[in-house]
Amino acid sequence: MRHTRVHTYSSALYRRAIAEAFRKLNPRLLAKNPVMFVVGVGSALTTVAFIRDLAAGAPAGFSGQISLWLWFTVLFANFAEALAEGRGKAQADALRSARSEAVAFRFLDWPHSETTERVPAAALRPGDLVRVEAGGVIPADGTVERGAAAVDESAITGESAPVIRESGGDRSAVTGGTTVLSDQLMIRVTQEPGKSFLDRMIGLIEGAKRQKTPNETALNILLAGLTLIFLLVVMTLKPFGLYHGASVSIVVLAALLVCLIPTTIGGLLAAIGIAGMDRLIQRNVLAMSGRAVEAAGDVDVLLLDKTGTITLGNRMAAEFLPMPGVRKEELIKAALWASLGDETPEGRSIVALAGRLGVDLAIAPVPGDVTAIPFTAETRMSGIDWAGGQIRKGADEAVLAWSASLGHPDCGRDVRALTEPVGKSGGTPLIVASRDEGILGVIYLKDVVKEGIRARFERIRAMGIRTIMITGDNRLTAQAIAREAGVDDYLAEAKPEDKLQLILDLQKEGRLVAMSGDGTNDAPALAKSDVGLVMNTGTQAAREAGNMIDLDSDPTKLIEIVEIGKQLLITRGALTTFSLANDVAKYFAVIPALFMLAIPEMAALNIMGLSNPQSAMLSAVIFNALIIMALIPLALKGVRYRPGSTSKILRRNVLVYGVGGVVAPFAGIKAIDMILTGIGLI
Amino acid sequence: MIMRDILECILFMGILAAASPFLGRFIHTVMEGDKTPLHRVLGPVEQFAYRISGIHPDREQSWRRYALSALVFSAAGFILTMAVLMFQGVLPLNPQGFSGTSWHLAFNAAASFATNTNWQSYAGETALSHFSQMVGLTYQNFVSAAVGIAACMAICRAIARNQTQVVGNFWADLVRVILYILLPLSILFAIFFISQGVVQTFLAGVDAATLEGGRQYIALGPAASQTAIKLLGTNGGGFFNANAAHPFENPTALSNFFQCLAMLLIPSSLVFTFGEIVKNRRHAWTIWCIMAAVFIFGVLAAALAEQGGTVMLAEAAGGSVPNLEGKEARFGVFGTALFATAATATSCGAVNAMHASFTPLGGLVLLFNMLLGEIIFGGAGSGLYGMILFMVLTVFIAGLMVGRTPDYLGKRIQAREVTWCMVALLIPAMLILGLSAVAAATEWGRAGLLNAGTHGFSEILYACASCAQNNGSAFAGLKADTPVWNVSLGAAMLMGRFGVMCSMMAAAGSMAARSIRPKSEYSFPVEGATFGALTLAVIFVVGALTYLPALSLGPVVECFQMTAGRVF
Repeated sequence: MRHTRVHTYSSALYRRAIAEAFRKLNPRLLAKNPVMFVVGVGSALTTVAFIRDLAAGAPAGFSGQISLWLWFTVLFANFAEALAEGRGKAQADALRSARSEAVAFRFLDWPHSETTERVPAAALRPGDLVRVEAGGVIPADGTVERGAAAVDESAITGESAPVIRESGGDRSAVTGGTTVLSDQLMIRVTQEPGKSFLDRMIGLIEGAKRQKTPNETALNILLAGLTLIFLLVVMTLKPFGLYHGASVSIVVLAALLVCLIPTTIGGLLAAIGIAGMDRLIQRNVLAMSGRAVEAAGDVDVLLLDKTGTITLGNRMAAEFLPMPGVRKEELIKAALWASLGDETPEGRSIVALAGRLGVDLAIAPVPGDVTAIPFTAETRMSGIDWAGGQIRKGADEAVLAWSASLGHPDCGRDVRALTEPVGKSGGTPLIVASRDEGILGVIYLKDVVKEGIRARFERIRAMGIRTIMITGDNRLTAQAIAREAGVDDYLAEAKPEDKLQLILDLQKEGRLVAMSGDGTNDAPALAKSDVGLVMNTGTQAAREAGNMIDLDSDPTKLIEIVEIGKQLLITRGALTTFSLANDVAKYFAVIPALFMLAIPEMAALNIMGLSNPQSAMLSAVIFNALIIMALIPLALKGVRYRPGSTSKILRRNVLVYGVGGVVAPFAGIKAIDMILTGIGLI
Repeated sequence: MIMRDILECILFMGILAAASPFLGRFIHTVMEGDKTPLHRVLGPVEQFAYRISGIHPDREQSWRRYALSALVFSAAGFILTMAVLMFQGVLPLNPQGFSGTSWHLAFNAAASFATNTNWQSYAGETALSHFSQMVGLTYQNFVSAAVGIAACMAICRAIARNQTQVVGNFWADLVRVILYILLPLSILFAIFFISQGVVQTFLAGVDAATLEGGRQYIALGPAASQTAIKLLGTNGGGFFNANAAHPFENPTALSNFFQCLAMLLIPSSLVFTFGEIVKNRRHAWTIWCIMAAVFIFGVLAAALAEQGGTVMLAEAAGGSVPNLEGKEARFGVFGTALFATAATATSCGAVNAMHASFTPLGGLVLLFNMLLGEIIFGGAGSGLYGMILFMVLTVFIAGLMVGRTPDYLGKRIQAREVTWCMVALLIPAMLILGLSAVAAATEWGRAGLLNAGTHGFSEILYACASCAQNNGSAFAGLKADTPVWNVSLGAAMLMGRFGVMCSMMAAAGSMAARSIRPKSEYSFPVEGATFGALTLAVIFVVGALTYLPALSLGPVVECFQMTAGRVF
């Protein structure tokens, strides 16, 4: 997506938004937003009054201008929403063009025959098996059944480097619309056509299926309630005025109503929500529900897997620790030989470290015919066998037991003397033993903490979020890494079900939990967590369970997601506060204007010294419309969030949006009044 | 304003601030069902009450059942009172031989007592028998206040509890409030008032020969006991029509001072009870300070307005003189301003002066207190839950600005809570503005007015606000004993009381079911000056600005008119 991303608001976007603003005048669309619906009704009423004035030959300048600005108020709000949607729409269009009308080669009678038939991708059903060859587009979401291939997923992720997709394991999920670059894959379709990841992505980006988040719903109820109250205030003004012998016209009442109801936030609320989702998409995160974005702002605890998130995926050999009485070179040689058949990164790092210490195959040539013994979960060892001996390396108990079974004396105490410091410093000890000499020593495998992770955790802490590291390592190792990385807490020796239990326990305490994951065994925990960020490289099961997908597959992105969630809530709160605070000044502009003719003493309330009642009224309405326009950039960009203590953030925002909201309209309305009278519009 | 007045104000608030936390904690102990020294005497009475009425105090109710119990209980009291008033002619303890009241007056009065409003469209001593006074006033004074306090306790518990459906047992709460709180306090205050000269007798009254040789009927009755509970329960219905201006009901400056204290005592203490329930004393003090700040501002504004007098008075006297029209000389300007502010800030509504004779600004303060929703200390119980409504809204609006889903005391505020809070806000607004609008625009509404123009409008607005917010004080000037006024104001009282109460219980019930979010330094702070200022701002912008147009057409513009020399 990165290459198709719409970076700036181009003029085409603006043109499209303007057209949309008019289309959204449709009463049925308008009715979704109670505040703007009321403004729309007010606009229609004043227009009728204006036409009546015109027909009657009465002075229609005032009702005409009020009506015009009320329409502008609605249009500005529509424009804000359309502009927020616009960027997503443009992106969705780009994605749609990537969703080619792919054809699929469906196996007719697997496994009895390899013959395939050519069908359109839309005809595929879950369970179908298809073959995709190099250069072909994967026709639907699915799981690789056979084969391995390099897949170009840039259509979705924007990342041009191809990724490997292979059957079995955590890299088996493929996405419809991506392209196979080499080899061929047999894929089992897992999604109905039209419900594929790409389709959902288009829907999400476009905002077509945008649901209101819980907080947005509550805020909408508040705004609707306030609108009702102000409707009551304005409606009762008519009889109140009659009591005082002042007849208040419908134009004036409509103008007053629009000034009082919270149009600023009412007009921008939808745009704020859409823009928040859009900010996530800009960072290559797809939120499956708005609820998740909001929950992100609320998260109390962050669960992070150690491996791949806090540390680099692989442990590296850092040191060789020989047993007492064993020469170091002896140990290094044995370790090197034992790792020859070991293609894991750990194995390769042992070879590399041995080389750096001056021991390589030139110095220590391999004796004759060797058989590599791979690591298995049962033996928990790997190594080599050759005619003249055996060498094993592996977890301490496994190797100790192997050595003891060969009749070597028990030297557990010496081994522990070597392994304990390793564990304490966050490393993993790997024991090396040979058939003839027994235990030779320990390889110190070190977890490498990612660069800059500490600073990120400090930022998280400043937001008031607790971080918990999850690891299968023992307590000592976990503790050391936790200290080095700067996480608040850790869960050691964790099994997948422990992670789930931890989430449930935290939630029982009333905390909101975020986690990231990619494997199938993460799926239950992802489904239970309040924010479950799934890596795009993850399995299909994980991607179904989580409520956010990171296309860049970067687990630490949770931090940015939290910030975006917070920013969304702050922007809503700030604009609501601003909107309500505005009312103070508007009352002082409009109330005296309403009754100045019938009750001349009302002039004392005209503290802004507005030139005349009509100009006062019009100035308030114009200010009300323009402020929506002026705040669109803030609504789309969001109020800046800086981590800090709650009371400090609160004081700053109250000062800017609360106090500012009271003061700004006094100045604004006065200025508009001066301009209006200056150019003689009133 | 003279030094003495300021000192009196400080002394008053000082005593209130010192006494409230103790009483608040005592109320908490009682409502938790824990033992107090009073249990040695009253414990058996409580157990007896449970036994004969089949109450199981440990069987807690959901908010729905709790609210339903309160409604059924109040409805029964309403019917009883209405019947007693209509048939008082044939009922005992009627030495003056009054006949039954009209059905609409009975409806109005029954609604008024059952809702803790005590709006009186009649003159007590010349229309009601002792029996009616005792059932209508004394009994309802106790139980209507107790219903308010009980509902408030249920709401507080709902906020404090974690993921539960039950909020307490209404019947047990009712018994405990009456037995351990209202009765002992009433007895204490009644004895003090008798010492000051408030009458307490079952005699009908005496005929006296006046100095001019005329004859005057001087009404008497069990006034002291009733005065105590009318103030403590924020009821406000006076034994005498002149209410606390009557020398037999409020004889001295000292009795006046303590009557003011009695009005504020329970609402102020409940704030600290809330603090105990939610285990946050600093929050309780913050609420108390918000209330005290508005209260002191009101007292000073009213006192200054009355002290300053009017332009006309100044012209007549040749210098600035205080406005003493309609005030009792034994209380003076400050004693009157204090009493009037206390009676309108709480939902008491007792009066020791003619509120209609206040200067427009002084009257504005009183009207404003009521329009805020009786939350500045407010009614017994109802004041606190009204305040909770505004605090929930404050947390919801401002809480977003710190970047978390807003929560009040750990309870997330979501659609259901906001909905019910908005309903609770809409009901009084609808009643006050709607009824005022109808009255201002129709003949029957204007027919009862004593004054024309803006002052007449203030009279309408005051009556509607007083009833819908269950204050019960009268601006005087409006003759409200007509079928239409009686029925419409009676209905406003019922809807204003039980509509708001049930809405707040619904909001609290929804909060009870939510899990408590643990408090941390990143929680939205509900303690301290920032929260106080924010709550005040929300009260003024959301609560008060609603009534600004109406107020500007009443007392505000009247003030400007008076300065310009126009009177009504």
